[in-house]
Amino acid sequence: AMIGGLFVYNHKGEVLISRIYRDDVNRNAVDAFRVNVIHARQQVRSPVTNMARTSFLHIKRGNLWICAATRQNVNAAMVFEFLNRLADTMQSYFGKLNEENVKNNFVLIYELLDEILDFGYPQNTDPGVLKSFITQQGVRSAEQQTPMGGVASKEDQSQITSQVTGQIGWRREGIKYRRNELFLDVIEYVNLLMSQQGQVLSAHVAGKVAMKSYLSGMPECKFGINDKLTLEGKSKSSEDPAKQGRGAVAIDDCQFHQCVKLTKFESEHAISFIPPDGEYELMRYRTTKDIQLPFRVIPLVREASRNKMEVKVVVKSNFKPSLLAQKIEIRIPTPPNTSGVQLICMKGKAKYKAGENAIVWKIKRMAGMKESQISAEIDLLATGNEKKKWNKPPISMNFEVPFAPSGLKVRYLKVFEAKLNYSDHDVIKWVRYIGRSGLYETRC
Amino acid sequence: MTDSKYFTTTKKGEIFELKTELNSDKKEKKREAVKKVIASMTVGKDVSALFPDVINCMQTDNVELKKLVYLYLMNYAKSQPDMAIMAVNTFVKDCEDPNPLIRALAVRTMGCIRVEKITEYLCEPLRKCMKDEDPYVRKTAAVCVAKLYDMNPQLVEEQGFVELLNDLLSDANPMVVANAVAALSEINEAKPLIEVNSQMVNKLLTALNECTEWGQVFILDALSGYAPRDEREAQNICERISPRLAHANAAVVLSTVKVLMKLIEMLPADSEFIASLTKKLAPPMVTLLSAEPEIQYVALRNINLIVQKRPDILKQEMKVFFVKYNDPIYVKMEKLDVMIRLAQQSNIAQVLSELKEYATEVDVDFVRKSVRAIGRCAIKVEQSAERCVATLLELIQTKVNYVVQEAVVVIKDIFRKYPNRYESIISTLCENLDTLDEPEARASMIWIIGEYAERIDNADELLESFVDGFHDENTQVQLQLLTSVVKLFLKRPTDTQQLVQRVLSLATQDSDNPDLRDRGYIYWRLLSADPAAAKQVVLAEKPLISEETDLLEPSLLDQLVCHIGSLASVYHKPPSSFVDNTKAPLRQLAPNAAALATNGSSSGDMDSAPGLIGVPAPSGGAVPSQDTLIADLLQLDMNPMGGSSAAAPAAPVAAPGGGLDDLLGLGGGAPSYGAAPAAPMADPLAAWGAAPAPPAAAGGGLNDLFGLGGGGGGMGGVMGGVQGFQTPKTQWLDAASHKGLQLEGAVVRKNGAIYMEMAITNKAMQPLSDFAIQFNKNSFGLVPAQPLHIAAPVFPNQTTQVSLRLDTNGPVQKMDPLANVQIAMKNNVDVFYFATVVPMLVYFAEDGMMEKREFLELWKEIPEANEQQFTIMNNRGLSADDICSKLQANNVFTVARRSVDGQELLYHSIKYTNKIVVLSELKMEITGAPTLTLSLKSRHVTALANLNEMYQQIFDN
Repeated sequence: AMIGGLFVYNHKGEVLISRIYRDDVNRNAVDAFRVNVIHARQQVRSPVTNMARTSFLHIKRGNLWICAATRQNVNAAMVFEFLNRLADTMQSYFGKLNEENVKNNFVLIYELLDEILDFGYPQNTDPGVLKSFITQQGVRSAEQQTPMGGVASKEDQSQITSQVTGQIGWRREGIKYRRNELFLDVIEYVNLLMSQQGQVLSAHVAGKVAMKSYLSGMPECKFGINDKLTLEGKSKSSEDPAKQGRGAVAIDDCQFHQCVKLTKFESEHAISFIPPDGEYELMRYRTTKDIQLPFRVIPLVREASRNKMEVKVVVKSNFKPSLLAQKIEIRIPTPPNTSGVQLICMKGKAKYKAGENAIVWKIKRMAGMKESQISAEIDLLATGNEKKKWNKPPISMNFEVPFAPSGLKVRYLKVFEAKLNYSDHDVIKWVRYIGRSGLYETRC
Repeated sequence: MTDSKYFTTTKKGEIFELKTELNSDKKEKKREAVKKVIASMTVGKDVSALFPDVINCMQTDNVELKKLVYLYLMNYAKSQPDMAIMAVNTFVKDCEDPNPLIRALAVRTMGCIRVEKITEYLCEPLRKCMKDEDPYVRKTAAVCVAKLYDMNPQLVEEQGFVELLNDLLSDANPMVVANAVAALSEINEAKPLIEVNSQMVNKLLTALNECTEWGQVFILDALSGYAPRDEREAQNICERISPRLAHANAAVVLSTVKVLMKLIEMLPADSEFIASLTKKLAPPMVTLLSAEPEIQYVALRNINLIVQKRPDILKQEMKVFFVKYNDPIYVKMEKLDVMIRLAQQSNIAQVLSELKEYATEVDVDFVRKSVRAIGRCAIKVEQSAERCVATLLELIQTKVNYVVQEAVVVIKDIFRKYPNRYESIISTLCENLDTLDEPEARASMIWIIGEYAERIDNADELLESFVDGFHDENTQVQLQLLTSVVKLFLKRPTDTQQLVQRVLSLATQDSDNPDLRDRGYIYWRLLSADPAAAKQVVLAEKPLISEETDLLEPSLLDQLVCHIGSLASVYHKPPSSFVDNTKAPLRQLAPNAAALATNGSSSGDMDSAPGLIGVPAPSGGAVPSQDTLIADLLQLDMNPMGGSSAAAPAAPVAAPGGGLDDLLGLGGGAPSYGAAPAAPMADPLAAWGAAPAPPAAAGGGLNDLFGLGGGGGGMGGVMGGVQGFQTPKTQWLDAASHKGLQLEGAVVRKNGAIYMEMAITNKAMQPLSDFAIQFNKNSFGLVPAQPLHIAAPVFPNQTTQVSLRLDTNGPVQKMDPLANVQIAMKNNVDVFYFATVVPMLVYFAEDGMMEKREFLELWKEIPEANEQQFTIMNNRGLSADDICSKLQANNVFTVARRSVDGQELLYHSIKYTNKIVVLSELKMEITGAPTLTLSLKSRHVTALANLNEMYQQIFDN
């Protein structure tokens, strides 16, 4: 039970790409989706639509609608994952996903669709592997010989096929670098929803470990973090039980790139893998306990009269004074009937943006354990329908801090390559921590 | 140079130009031309005419060009099956190519060419490819078996491909295993040929660790169909798949959850193993909530199921389901559902404060659902009921119309769950009576008034105010009003007797709704036969409502849990309800369907399969001519009556002759209010002595008094059909400029006759009497069939309802607009003049049903110039069946129906009372496009007047 047809439309609903995989879906389906979903007047109420026994699953990327149609009971999670992966793959081939790029590359896209979806079953979608035999250039020039061009050597061909179908489908053999280097970024997004009174309604960190590896051969890597579970597991045998738990981070859940050996993680809590070449996301994780919230926002809203509102917002930074936060932006919503705003702020620059119904307060840098304040007087127009209440959106905040709010630390990252002659210390490793705001909101 | 230029629209003669370019000697030009062809194909242009020219480009060593030609071939092969055979040789040759990529491409494409003749050529290359030395070719061949099975299952079985596929499960390459298992699962779904055994499961589990993410999904989905032999095996499988919960791909995670949920059932419920396993399930599901919104949506729909099946798993995770300000609406709605399911005493405070927050958001549906959720919390967690009620009251104070209405609805449920606790808030509710305009809210309020009639001093006034507009209410409200008034009467018999009589007569005599009438009669008889029993029945203690009202039925829930991650789990419906299992193999691909849809004519498929609807014939794909309608009709004409589809409507349903109406006693002239003057009696309950006897005893004098003689039998006849559309009353005379006479009215057709329904309201200081009415000459000769008789004077501030029967045998004069009628009304004060445009449909006669042959001949006879086309909106998403029955109820008769290539064509006939005939054709897209095309034809074009508006009104009501 799989995808029957795949369509890409522009924002007007014109078809840019249409590929039918199964007989039960026909071109009428292309029109049905346009008429009933893209051209529907109301907001999209569901990413899944069933019309005349055909189900349409769609995502939107930029101005494009990417839609899979089926008449069977497909695995919906898989279809959505696939649609997102397809979008990523296209993006890695020709950059931004937009109408022009799709039109410019339609032959390439058809070629990709032929390769990564067979009879509606997703096949290998890894862009790195696909690029080894479906190339943009190959599309145009017959003179430049591509691996598919028939002139490629027999070894090349079988290397491609073993890679597409292989156990290590994400890495090819024979990679060589003069300098073996590894870049590791721990990037965390702090999400917060705080009540007006300063109570944390929900908070979590969505983190990822982003890697860039430039390593020769087929290296095996081992990666260790200060994960509570791992440390506890280890300390069973170690003599120092007092050490355990302290400074360790409790990870609620984590997910790994397909290169990580999951069974090994399950049994030994070891993250071991043969890395893809270049950039990839090794791991994603989520934590909810003991999060160090970098900022606290304290709002004070007073409705002075029917046509005047006073807002005061205090921002406090809560981390080591030696560290500097950057790109701080606080967005204070204003009612739609605002006629004017007077602003006073201690630090940074603030502006009322009428088009966005918000006061945007920007601070370039702020050290830890500091606080700053903004006061605003908002003039309101008297509107006819007083009854219609303004639905106050929360105050939201953006920032970047040079630490991981979850407390996660990289303990080690080791590289072993048995066949080639370089060892772990020959590899140059770079580690960086970045904490960014996810949805960081305080109700007011 | 970019490819987008191929999308530019080209002028006429394009096909010819392309043909030349395709046959060019220059390779470059050829390739450009093929690209243009593919671009045209993409946007839906029909380029099938280039088939031979494109195929000629197939033999090339340029792989890119080859792929493009293959793409074309897959699309059009079926319309040119004979030509497609020409390609076979190239495929067979390519399957022997030294390059594995070429071999795989050939076998992949060949399977997509759905021409029966090709299948026999496919078998040998496919067999070879399944044993190819290269895994890429083998994994492609595995899927090809599923393709072949879809076309010709028998061939696959005979040729032993299923066994070969089975062998591939032992392949050394994990991707080959994954594709083989996907293909086998699909074949097994159609017909169980291979039984999954534990040996196979072992192989799959081994491959699981090594194959691509998609392959893992195929394997897990296949495993979910396997029933382990014993506990040990079940536990073993659980252990081996649970590491997959940490996979980054949501589909892998959900499919793992599916298998685990199923296997857990097999294990002893209180084992430690289960406890640790269920612990592992929660985190990955929570993580799915930070994925892309579409995946969140799928996850939430599934979590909804999982929470119903095993409430423990996520009971600690309430917070993650809190709604974020910029979640898409579909995520918000689903989160709300899960929140309610997880609500319990320990977290109710938090939940409530969230819900209150949500109830002030902007999206109306979301706000409504939030208010409803507050009510459900009250019912679910008793300790929170008081806070919930307080919150609801606060929300009512906001006076936001839809918030108030939702609140009233849920408060009714709270009253039912906790009787005698919160009735003190009734007075607040009553203050908001005027704002309620939705049936559910009105019905809830009426229920509350009836239920607590003894505590609401002015309950009778409140209910009476609803009774005044009885006919304008929705059925739900009418039913509730009927019951509540009866309750009121039983509780306060002395002063509410008139009211109850009025409601009973409205429900039984003036209503066309069988449910309402039935309930009305039951109450009536109950009250007249045994008031004490009536009390016992109507005021009986009601069972408390249950906590969770929207739990899925357990067997359905179990079924859906087996489908976690799939569409069934998203729809919360079993697959059979949305999957069509009766797919016809090798169906017409209809490459020209788009063209068909735009040129607006129907397809020519019919000539090869007369009368078969829904099964398009495997015709050669002849391009339909522009003017096929007549041909189609001819075709229809030759079909035996009723042999095809629903083309044979039964005889008109409501066809009583004029005289019959009087017998039925339902005619407008009947004294509907005859019972009223008899009302004042000493003992109110005694008045019911005059209630009608059961229909079996019809003919009794008392029955006549109530105008119900023979009601039982007669009514059944009328109610058999769907009621025709009757335009609501509009104001004809306003009191201000007509000396206190306010007249509202409508001309309607019911029971085969035309009536003028009027509501005469006296806004003057003196009684109005001596009414008379006269019509001017008009297009259809409409005149009163009897003098206007209003028995009693209309007193100040009183309204009298009158129904006057009309005839069409009066003097005729063509009016403009056609249906305009000028009327004079006289009373003891003055004479008043007004005009009204009668809705055309009251002139649609009951004998308008035409024979097909007659219809066809007439259609051909009427010149093209007399045809008018309109677009009708299908605002209510009616199906063809709905449309036909709606039209039928209005004397628009279905002559024939046919469905052709995604379109449904409906032919109808109408006959006016003056014997003029109108023919209509309605065209609708089966896919449910929101518009219909209406073509009308008549010898007299003026007769078409505003008929399209009539259709629109019928559809909208």
